[in-house]
Amino acid sequence: MNLNIADWMMSLGGGLLIGLASTLYLLSNGRIARISGLLGGALGQGPNRFLGERFAFFVGLIGAPFVWISLTHVPAITVATSPAILILAGLLVGFGTQMGSGCTSGHGVCGLSRFSPRSAAAVAVFMAVGVLTVTLGRHVIGGL
Amino acid sequence: MRRRILIALAAGSIFGIGLVVSDMVNPACVQAFLDPFGAWDQTLAFVMRGAMISMLIAWALTPNRSPLFGGGFPAMRTEIDGKLVGSGAMFGAGWGLAGFCPGPALAALSFGGGGLFLFVAAMLAGIGAFRLTVGARAPA
Repeated sequence: MNLNIADWMMSLGGGLLIGLASTLYLLSNGRIARISGLLGGALGQGPNRFLGERFAFFVGLIGAPFVWISLTHVPAITVATSPAILILAGLLVGFGTQMGSGCTSGHGVCGLSRFSPRSAAAVAVFMAVGVLTVTLGRHVIGGL
Repeated sequence: MRRRILIALAAGSIFGIGLVVSDMVNPACVQAFLDPFGAWDQTLAFVMRGAMISMLIAWALTPNRSPLFGGGFPAMRTEIDGKLVGSGAMFGAGWGLAGFCPGPALAALSFGGGGLFLFVAAMLAGIGAFRLTVGARAPA
């Protein structure tokens, strides 16, 4: 276990920004900043009248980090996983978040802060299985 | 309509920068967070703490009020069933395997390299596969 104060300050700051963005979207537009749900919507699922704002959300989500790293620095990203595992993981994340209507942002940030039992159950399951997967992949079977 | 789109653009932008600043975009950090039996790094728990502060206040403001641009706040869904548990397990497995969840994968798309494109393409295929199978019978 290691906790570096500069690292967790950055994580807390980033989290504050994520919360601020979710708050802005909720109190202005009346919508939940749930990435997987918005993504499903931007790809045609759900009411058409929200298509424009969903699309705009993703223009910001993908575009703003590019501007940000141009002004600051490119963060280190270590993708250690093999291509086959990345494809399997992507399929699971895409399918699972659509079927369960939520990911870390929808059930995690927005659901837990609303004291939603459904979101708490979803977070408990995906955290437990995430830990199980990394534990098996690193300490039992190997490969991660 | 234009105001709604501008707010969505701003919210998406702030959200994306938050994901970069917090290091949620780095799968190595995510996998270290999911590794309590190894070299456990709890730093990412602070992302959730930070995000909760503002959202706890936001939800506390919603009762008996309407969103700024009209309409209503979304009702809270309550059903906890096999579908929720099974899909949560699928998402958790994918999240652990790659270290990416949907938001960070998209936020890092412009600088994350080829592996990330592969993940995002597979994620979109997974969404499509859901639509053609389970989602075609009972819309989520």
